[in-house]
Amino acid sequence: MIIENLPDYLTRGRFRSRKAGRAVQPARNRAGPGGTNEGGIFLAANTKKKSFLQKMRGNWDLLLFCLPGMIFTIIYHYIPIYGMQIAFRNYKPKKGIWGSDWVGLKNFMRFFNSADWMILVRNTLLLSVYSLAAGFPVAVILALMLNSFRHKRYRKLIQAVTYAPNFISTIVMCGMLILFLSPRVGVVNNVIRALGGETINFMAEVSMWRHIYVWSGVWQGMGWSSVIYFAALAGVSPEYHEAAIVDGATKFQRILHIDLPFLAPTMTMLLIMNMGSILSVGFEKAYALQNDLNLPVSDIIATYTYRYGIIKSDISYSSAVGLMNSIVNSILLVTVNYITGKMSDNALF
Amino acid sequence: MEGTHKHVRRARADVIYDTIIFIILTFLFLIVAYPLYFVIISSISDPIAVSAGKVVFAPVGFTLDGYKEVFKTKTVVRGFLNSLVITVMGTSINLLVTIPTSYALSRPDFTLKRPITLFYILTMFVGGGMMPTYVVVRNTGLLNTWWALVLPGCLGVYNMIVARTFFKTNIPLELMEAAKLDGCGNTKFFLYVVLPLSGAITAILCLYYGVGHWNSYFSALIYIQKRELWPLQLELRNILVLNSNVMTRQVMTEEELLEKRRLDALKEMMKYSLIIISSIPVLIIYPFVQKHFVKGVMIGSVKG
Repeated sequence: MIIENLPDYLTRGRFRSRKAGRAVQPARNRAGPGGTNEGGIFLAANTKKKSFLQKMRGNWDLLLFCLPGMIFTIIYHYIPIYGMQIAFRNYKPKKGIWGSDWVGLKNFMRFFNSADWMILVRNTLLLSVYSLAAGFPVAVILALMLNSFRHKRYRKLIQAVTYAPNFISTIVMCGMLILFLSPRVGVVNNVIRALGGETINFMAEVSMWRHIYVWSGVWQGMGWSSVIYFAALAGVSPEYHEAAIVDGATKFQRILHIDLPFLAPTMTMLLIMNMGSILSVGFEKAYALQNDLNLPVSDIIATYTYRYGIIKSDISYSSAVGLMNSIVNSILLVTVNYITGKMSDNALF
Repeated sequence: MEGTHKHVRRARADVIYDTIIFIILTFLFLIVAYPLYFVIISSISDPIAVSAGKVVFAPVGFTLDGYKEVFKTKTVVRGFLNSLVITVMGTSINLLVTIPTSYALSRPDFTLKRPITLFYILTMFVGGGMMPTYVVVRNTGLLNTWWALVLPGCLGVYNMIVARTFFKTNIPLELMEAAKLDGCGNTKFFLYVVLPLSGAITAILCLYYGVGHWNSYFSALIYIQKRELWPLQLELRNILVLNSNVMTRQVMTEEELLEKRRLDALKEMMKYSLIIISSIPVLIIYPFVQKHFVKGVMIGSVKG
């Protein structure tokens, strides 16, 4: 027996006092394969651990299934979360994340003392609130309209076509916008000129940029974001509609009082999710539509972070801005969730 | 549902409602469809007619010069091939990681199911942000390699949830118990029973991941400086976005201006064709897979 060869101080208290336990060992030894009785005793001494390990014994290979994904997620997702501390340091690539000097809140102070931060936060907030305010109702209304549409085959066609832009890449989308709105050869300006108007240089026009950004987003996303509502509407029980018809409700009244309330939980859930990312407007599109002339309205936190971090290599400062952004996002998410939880039972968590 | 009430005379309010809906939806349909149609007809029209605004309903002066120009542009062809390789490589890795993980997490008897699910859900809400991630990618030596586009996002949490829901509803537990009685372990069961049954979910994941890889440019913009490794979207950005006709107030010499004009004409010609060609892989599969895409959203919506 291995245990008897162990030094006294290791086994004392644990095993010596359990003479009774040792007495039944031979029986156990016969039951299990040889050599595991050591583990058996250890486990017997610690019942909680035993249950867990024994449970794991049946499906340890399922853990192997998860392992590759977990390793990469730890490396590229959780280590960066830990690495956010470079926001509080003066990051030097040579010294590494953990060797760089600690500077406290200096990077944050620099951001809040600069003239940029008010503009950035305003641009970001306006853009995302505007996108949400425009895109959210459009998706719901589109789903309600499609659901009540009488011509089934035409409806399928409309759905197929409105979903399609969702699969156009951001770059192509922005390329199309720039092409259509081009002052010299663009279609839109051709029409304006044909109607006797003056050429508008849309992409350089500060007052136009937000509208272009938001409504092109609605154009691209409305079909796809309506899918989830359309799917939910399939769950409305026909009895409600039948009862309402008997009571003489018109179609519009039925949509307003049956379909719309039915969508409320889905809407709340998506609204909360969107609120959580209100300060993280997609980098890709804003950056692609940016140029020197529209920068006063098109510069958002994400593009600012990119410009300072990647192009100017001011990594610590850029991280500080990014960290501040995530903190605000989390606060918003929790707050909105709390408020909706108070108002209805539809809170996310 | 409406069909069952056809024999009932529709109320006047309903007739008005139906008419309004018909008009609005047709309007929306045209708004979405026309720009797409316009790109197609412009790509096969005479560029001068396009810029003069003569192309409205049908192509004018049929020509394929734009497409020829695209195929002559080496950077675009290289980008296209790069993107194909990245998409295939990325999607394969995504599938290799996502499918086993979501299967394991779909098993109610998996002891670590809860903590690991939480581990992934958390990543949806907290993240390190652009710069800390960049530093880690650089320190792991992935900068200027395609691995940087593939490994950090090798498991999409949303896709994982969709797949997990699929396995939960489509692989009965009894099947596993029966296999276990016959002495079949988890790995064997996964390889010989689960995988052959998961064709539909594999298709959905392939499409979600594939389209994502094909369309993204952000990671490549950050992590890849070497032009030879650029995916198509970055090359497109150079042509479609950066060389756009925004009148920046730059002072140019006469020669530069002439050269710019020549290039402009050439580029205008090929931009429409370029949009079409870059969307071809997605366009080709879209009609066949639209149903799957929608199915994916519906599976996902069941479990938030």
